[in-house]
Amino acid sequence: MTKEEKRELIKGILFTSPWLLGFSIFVIYPVAASFYYSFCYYSVIQPPRFIGLLNYKDLLTDPIFWKSLWNTFYFVIFMIPLGFVTSLSLAMLLNTKVRGMAFYRMVFFVPSLVPMVAGSILWMWIFNGEYGLLNNFLIKMGIPNPPNWLVDVNFAKPAIIIMCLWGLGQTIVIYLAGLQDVPVALIEAAELDGANWFDKLWNITIPMISPVIYFNVIMAIIGSFQIFSQAYIMTGGGPQRSTTFYALYLYQTAFEDLRMGYASAMAWILFVIILLLTMAVQRISKESVYYHGG
Amino acid sequence: MKKVIVLLFATILAFQLAGCADKEQNSDTVKVVYWEKWSGFEADAMQAVIDLFNSRKFTNKDGKLIHVEMSTVSEIDRRLLTAVAGGNPPDVAGVWTWLVTAYAEKGALLPIDDHLREAAITEDRYIPVFWEICKYKGKMWGLPSTPASVALHWNKRLFREAGLDPNVPPSSIQEFDEMAEKLTLIKLPGQDKAVSFYELKGKPDHEDLLGQGTIIQMGFLPSEPGWWPWSWGYWFGGELWNGKEKVTADDPGNVKAYEWVKSYSDKYGVDNIKKFSSSFGTFASPQNAFLSSKVAMVREGVWMYNFIDKYATGMDWDAAPFPSDGGKLKDVTYAEADILVIPIGARHPDEAFKFISFVNTQEAMELLCEGQRKFTPLKNVSEDFYARHKNPHIRVFRALAESPNAFTTPKMVIWQEYLREMSFAYEMIRDLKAEPEEVLSDVRKTMQKRLERELEMSKRAEERR
Repeated sequence: MTKEEKRELIKGILFTSPWLLGFSIFVIYPVAASFYYSFCYYSVIQPPRFIGLLNYKDLLTDPIFWKSLWNTFYFVIFMIPLGFVTSLSLAMLLNTKVRGMAFYRMVFFVPSLVPMVAGSILWMWIFNGEYGLLNNFLIKMGIPNPPNWLVDVNFAKPAIIIMCLWGLGQTIVIYLAGLQDVPVALIEAAELDGANWFDKLWNITIPMISPVIYFNVIMAIIGSFQIFSQAYIMTGGGPQRSTTFYALYLYQTAFEDLRMGYASAMAWILFVIILLLTMAVQRISKESVYYHGG
Repeated sequence: MKKVIVLLFATILAFQLAGCADKEQNSDTVKVVYWEKWSGFEADAMQAVIDLFNSRKFTNKDGKLIHVEMSTVSEIDRRLLTAVAGGNPPDVAGVWTWLVTAYAEKGALLPIDDHLREAAITEDRYIPVFWEICKYKGKMWGLPSTPASVALHWNKRLFREAGLDPNVPPSSIQEFDEMAEKLTLIKLPGQDKAVSFYELKGKPDHEDLLGQGTIIQMGFLPSEPGWWPWSWGYWFGGELWNGKEKVTADDPGNVKAYEWVKSYSDKYGVDNIKKFSSSFGTFASPQNAFLSSKVAMVREGVWMYNFIDKYATGMDWDAAPFPSDGGKLKDVTYAEADILVIPIGARHPDEAFKFISFVNTQEAMELLCEGQRKFTPLKNVSEDFYARHKNPHIRVFRALAESPNAFTTPKMVIWQEYLREMSFAYEMIRDLKAEPEEVLSDVRKTMQKRLERELEMSKRAEERR
C-alpha cells in the first residue's frame, strides 16, 4: 500500500466512522453481549454470572417455552400462505386498468400507516363479542352464534391472523411493483398462443415476479416469528396462553421477571430457527427463482 | 488536517461533559428527584405534600437546602430497572408492593435501617401489615406512602330490588352465594319480567331455560373485575407458599377456593357469562359492570369510591369485609401500599430519606391520604381525618388493614411468574377446561422448580460474597 493509498484508506474510515461506531455500539455489541448473557444468570441490575448451559437446559423443560413456540409456529404456518395469497391477489387486482385505481391503491395501503397500538385497539372493538362490527356482520350473514374472538381459546389466534392480514399494505405495494415489471410482450405472446388467465399467471407472472415473492416470503418469515405487539395489547397472551407468542414470552421473562440471561437464550434459539428457515427457503429459491437479466 | 480533526473531537467531547456535569456543585440547594407512578388527582395529592416539604426549607447536614422535585413516570418498574442498571436512578421512587422484594433481592435498593434508627422511626407507629410490606430478609427497604385494602362493595338499590336487606352484608361465602343467586336476573324469551336465578334453579329444566334466556344482571362474578385472581385461597384458609422454600399452590384451602370459582361457571354457564360480560365497558368508565349496576357485588379496593364518585355519582353503596368460607376467618383482606424507596446509586440518599420520613409524619401522611382518598398506614390518626374524608366507608378499609387476617403480596422473587401461572390456572378453571386440583398441582410443580432454581442462584451469590 502506497502512502497515498494509506491516506485515502484513513480518510475513508474516518468518513464512515460515524456509521461504523453506531453499528458497533448499537448492533455488534448488543448481539455479542446477548450471546454471552445467554450463558449467564443475569437480572440486569446485578452483574451477570456465568452458569454455562443452564438456561438452555431449563428452556427444554419449560412448558411455556414449548407452548409459545407452538403458538408462534401456528401463527407462521397460517400467516405466510394466507398473507401471500391475500397480498398477491390484491396486488393483481390493483394492477388492472380501472378508473380511480390510485384511490383503491391508497385504500389498501392506508392500514399499514395506522400505528400498531391504535390499530390493535381498533381491532379489539371490531372483535368484541357483543358489539363488534365483525360479529354484527356475521349475524347479518346468517351465522347465529359467531365466536367471541379474543376471549375464545380457539379463535384468539385466528383473530390476530385476520388483523395482520389487514396490515399487508407494504407487501402489496412490493408485489404491485413486481407485477408492473412483468414484460407485456411475454403476456401478449402467450395470449396469441391461446393461453388462458391461469396459464399466464402460472407460466409468466409468477416466474417473472419470483424474486419479489422470495423477498416477501423471507420478510414474512422474519416478521411472523417476531409477532408481539398485537398479542401484548389485545390479549396479553391469553386466553389460556393461546396467544402467548414466542416474542411475548421472551419479553415477559426479560422485563417482568428480570431474567435477562434466560431471555437471551430464548432470543438465540429464535435466531437459529429463523436462520435455518431462511436457509431452507434460500435453497428452494435456487431452483425456482428466476432473475431475468441477471 | 489531523490537528483540526482532533481539536474538533476534543471540543465536542468537552461540551458533552459540561452538559452532564452536576450543576448543583456550586449552588446551595440539593435537588432530590422523586419518581411518582400515579398521575391525576393522586399525583396532585403527592405534589401538595412535596410543596409542604419544600416550604419548610429543610436543610441537609452541610446546611444546604433540600428541594424535592417530582416527575410522573409511567411503567415505573421498567423505567426504574433501566435507570438503576444505567447508574442514573432517581433519589426516591414510589413503587408497587411486589417490586420491593424483586428489587431488594437483586440489590437494587438501599436498606434504610440505619436511617430509621437515627430518625427514631419504629415499627409501633405503623399498622403491622404496612411495616411488614417494607421488610425483606430482615431489612427495611422503604416506608409506605398510601395504603390500600380490599373489601366487598355492594349496590344497595339492587339489594332492595331483590328483596334483600341492603344494610346486612353476607357473613359467609355460602350466604354470599345465595345472595348472588337472588341478585342474578335472567330474561326468558317471551316474558316481560326478569326472573332471578334463585327462583329459576328450582325448575328441572333450568339449565335449558338459562341457555335460552339472557342474563341481564348478576349478583357476583369472580372475574369482575377479576383482579388478584391468585388470591382467592386466602378467604378459604389457603396460602401460596410457606414463606421460605415451599410452594403450596394446591393446598386444600386453595383447591377449595378454586372449586368455588368453578362453581360460578358451573352454575351460570361459561358461555352465558361470557356473553353477559362482553357488554361491560372498561374499568374506568361509566360502563364498568359495578358502576352501571350490572353486577351487584364486587371485591375491590379502597379506591373504588373514587370511581363511584366520578362515574356513578349518587350510587347507593356500602362496603364490608369480603366473607370467608363458612365465615370462619374474620376480616380477610388483601393489603398493599405504595412504597417510597431509595434506589442504589441515588445521588442524595440522606436527603432522600429526609423526604421519605417527612411523608411519614402524621401531618404529611394525612394530607396525602386524604388527597388520594385512602386511609393512613400510621397508627395515630387525627380525629378530623375521618370527618373530612370523602369516602363514607373509609373506616371499614382501615379496620380491615388492621386485621390479623390481612395478607399481602407473597414476598417471592419469582412472584411475577407465579402471578402469571396463577392467572393461567384461574382462566383454565373458570372456563371449565381443567379441574382445580389438577391445574393447581401443575402450578405448584412448575413454580417449585423455579423457586428452587432462584434459591440456588441466591445461595451461590451469597457464597461468592
